[in-house]
Amino acid sequence: MSIPAILISTIFVNNYVLARFLGICPFLGVSNKMETSAGMGVAVTFVVTLSSIITYFIQKGILDLLGLQYLQTIVFILVIAALVQFVELVLKKISPSLYNALGVYLPLITTNCVVLGVAILNIQEGYDLVRTIFNSLGSSIGFTLALILMAGIREKLEIADIPEVLKGFPIALITAGLMSIAFLGFGGLV
Amino acid sequence: MTDILNPIVVLGGLGLGFGVILSIASNIFAVEVDPKIEEVRAVLPGANCGACGFPGCDGLAKAIAEGKAPVNACNVGGNPVAEKIADIMGVNAANVDRKVATVLCQGDCNKAKEKYIYHGIKDCRAANILQGGSKACSFGCLGCGTCKEVCQFDAIEMRDGVAFVLKDKCTACMKCIEVCPKKIIELVPYENEYVVKCMSKDPGKEVRSKCGIGCIGCQICVKNCPSDAFTFENFLAKIDYEKCINCGVCAEKCPTKAIYGDTAKEAAV
Repeated sequence: MSIPAILISTIFVNNYVLARFLGICPFLGVSNKMETSAGMGVAVTFVVTLSSIITYFIQKGILDLLGLQYLQTIVFILVIAALVQFVELVLKKISPSLYNALGVYLPLITTNCVVLGVAILNIQEGYDLVRTIFNSLGSSIGFTLALILMAGIREKLEIADIPEVLKGFPIALITAGLMSIAFLGFGGLV
Repeated sequence: MTDILNPIVVLGGLGLGFGVILSIASNIFAVEVDPKIEEVRAVLPGANCGACGFPGCDGLAKAIAEGKAPVNACNVGGNPVAEKIADIMGVNAANVDRKVATVLCQGDCNKAKEKYIYHGIKDCRAANILQGGSKACSFGCLGCGTCKEVCQFDAIEMRDGVAFVLKDKCTACMKCIEVCPKKIIELVPYENEYVVKCMSKDPGKEVRSKCGIGCIGCQICVKNCPSDAFTFENFLAKIDYEKCINCGVCAEKCPTKAIYGDTAKEAAV
């Protein structure tokens, strides 16, 4: 696949949240406000891109060489967790402003399945390093897009007249489902 | 044998490697934390309400320890907390002003005219989308009680379709100020008894036609104030709360009674 095709595919067609259903927890958890969802989006973009580059090298350099592909999941989790901790330490020292901006979202991402999903799918698709980077960039932009769209709708929903039984999470889940159906419209674009 | 050893060595090695890197990194990138931050943080209420404008109590503790925020920055904790923080920081806690939210509108059902009859969702933010609400005055309180709903301290009452803050219950958490679509709720020092309760920037004649208790911009208060505490802008008088001496001349002279005097408090005394 060409790089533009990868970007369009991951942002719209195979949007990780709305088409692949990964990362639903932050999608529902931090989409209450536009600000927080944008912060989460930036943090995820940062971590996903960085972690898929590192996992790419670990896969090619260690796991493939020794024939230990079955250790992929656990090794990748280890890498992501350590990486997030490391990034947090470094940011705290070098760029306190960025650290404050990302705030609580950085440690939260450790267990975000989008990060693991992107890293594993990059390997499964057999991408080279450049495509890996663009694929992870596109996926996290797609994640951010879904999050921000959802936040925009939920801010409006807050002042809408919703039946008592549907208030809160039920209406959010229905909205998410409808958004997912809407994103099906992109199918066949790539 | 290598089938078992390899994965153990790889996984163990990676884990050990990451552990070593992280522990080295935490030494290299260690950030010294001011012990005062911890002490101040322990005194703060810990509700993380964000009323101070900092990201949670941790953020405020840091700002106070660095001298970027005053010791009385926590409105919710009020005086007792401010005193303790002042002890830690080694400064005097004098002049700790308590502030309370105040709704700057008195245009209730009897005094303010309506543009249309609103039957929609009972939420000011929704009502405001429709032509800026049903009140003829585009600056006035919409009276749907959204501020009352967000208030966690039961400090807001609806009186004849206008929100009213009960001074003694208000903790200045700013929740109502954030939610009000008209932006007519402001923090006013607790000690100040007189407030211009009108936000209308319309000329006097228009105010008169829309509301019986609005500021018409006659400037009588400005002329009569003994302490020069009034500023006048956009057809609207405003009290400088630091200069005000609570004499009450303005409330007496105000022809429309747009200047509100906290008479309930006097009666209690």
